[in-house]
Amino acid sequence: MLVLTLASVSLLLVIGIGLYLHSAPIIEKLSWGTLITSSAWKPLKGLFGFYPFIMGTLWVTGIAIIIALPLCLLTALFITEYAQTGIRRILVPFVNLLSGIPPVIFGVWGVLFIIPLIQNHIAPHFVEFSTGYSVLAGGIVLAVMIFPLIVSIIGEVLNTIPQELKDASLSLGATKWETIKKVILRKALPGIVAAVVLAVSRAFGETIAVLMVCGNNAVVPHSVFDAGYPLPALIANNYGEMLSIPLYDSALMFAALLLFIIILLFNIISRVILSRLERKLAS
Amino acid sequence: MIRRKAEEWFFKILMILAAIIVCGSFFLIVGTIFAKGIPYMNLDMLTKTPGGGFYIGKEGGILNAIIGSLYVAGGATVLGLFISVPVAIFINMYMNGKKFLSDSLRVAFDVLFGIPSIVYGAFGFLIMVYFGFRASLLGGIIAVTLLVIPILVRTLDEVIGTVPQELSDAALSLGATRWEMAKVVLRQIKPGIFTAVLLSFGRAIGDVASVLFTAGFSDNIPTSLHEPAATLPLAIFFQLSSPVEEVQGRGYASALILTIIVLIITVLSEILIKKFSKHKS
Repeated sequence: MLVLTLASVSLLLVIGIGLYLHSAPIIEKLSWGTLITSSAWKPLKGLFGFYPFIMGTLWVTGIAIIIALPLCLLTALFITEYAQTGIRRILVPFVNLLSGIPPVIFGVWGVLFIIPLIQNHIAPHFVEFSTGYSVLAGGIVLAVMIFPLIVSIIGEVLNTIPQELKDASLSLGATKWETIKKVILRKALPGIVAAVVLAVSRAFGETIAVLMVCGNNAVVPHSVFDAGYPLPALIANNYGEMLSIPLYDSALMFAALLLFIIILLFNIISRVILSRLERKLAS
Repeated sequence: MIRRKAEEWFFKILMILAAIIVCGSFFLIVGTIFAKGIPYMNLDMLTKTPGGGFYIGKEGGILNAIIGSLYVAGGATVLGLFISVPVAIFINMYMNGKKFLSDSLRVAFDVLFGIPSIVYGAFGFLIMVYFGFRASLLGGIIAVTLLVIPILVRTLDEVIGTVPQELSDAALSLGATRWEMAKVVLRQIKPGIFTAVLLSFGRAIGDVASVLFTAGFSDNIPTSLHEPAATLPLAIFFQLSSPVEEVQGRGYASALILTIIVLIITVLSEILIKKFSKHKS
């Protein structure tokens, strides 16, 4: 049992080392700085600049968080503070059902629903022409995908806030919303930050749904209607052909390593915040 | 006063709207998939493997992908259980008094849970290259097992946490060894184990990025661990990227099949979790 436990925990280390060893050739040749800041992506000439892909990831993730955070915060507040037990019993299962839907289904939905929506109804108001395949589409699909995660974590955090605090505020004549604004949100702030950090890291690594709606064009997007090419999509799209071009496999492993490091850091930060919060309230 | 009341109402309405959007998005997604998928649905989809010319719109079904997915998800869940049950028992029963250590282990598994499936896929591919085998059912099962271990461990861990401390204390005080105590607890959490299995199976059957380079794709149903296996999400993805309308339509129908499978699994696990938490209090 000890062995199995250690083995599965050390997976974190093993994955990191494995990815690093395989991306070492390209890091040695081009250095971290060039790889991250250069935007020249010409694998055939040996140029591997990840800047467009990093920007693609950031755009998509940023849009997703901007859409999802306010909606989820309000939903979580509604579920924990306002909704009667009956309504809560109806709402919560749907959030859980949403979390069970596989990424590829979100992708199919994006292609069938979001893309035409952007192409025909949203984009024409702002730009002359858009195919709909854009970072905005990726952001919207991602936002829906991270709804359940944010709602459930913020909901859990809100539930840990002692009833006495709320009662005290209410008894002083504050309205419910004032209590939320001045007491609950202030107390829950670290938890909300943790939820956002966790959601960002989830959004960073999401592959197939984003790949299906993002357009996959290796240039830095300048507006929400431009196509983008996030890192995970790059890995997924190029695996077949990579073996014939030198250093290509190493470059893709570097992309995976980059994702791994960022997500690892974000996850550790948010989990430490959350488990500290839990311990503080337990004692 | 009026301003305060107005603010109260304004935000209350905003909250209700947000809740409707968040929960409604579920219906929007499932509704879209059903509306597009049903017209292309037929029995052939479920009972036949792709015939010649399937990918230009001729006949056949996606039985290969359905079976392949069941193999991969089933294999990974079983393999994952063998690893995660001992781990969950270890964290809960062999580490009392070392709260910091067991908490750190929990954080580690939470972090593992957060690692995206594309990274597990890439890592699984590295393992395959290292041991020198091609994309196959076995490769897929290994990559997906890595993916589901954290889910299984954390779910089992939570379930074991609901078993009253008195029960294990009583077993210990009767002279049982820790392992015998673990067996008592395991019997107690049978429905919980089933929930964990469902959650892991649901995640495993829907994931693409981890099987993309590891399981390969094949029009035949795999007959051994070393043959490549088609998976349902990958079949959807391939069919959708086809320019042929008929093939795209079958992609929608395949998406419908996957959605139904996953919904059944999620609803079952929801019911089980609810039963279990009732049992706790």
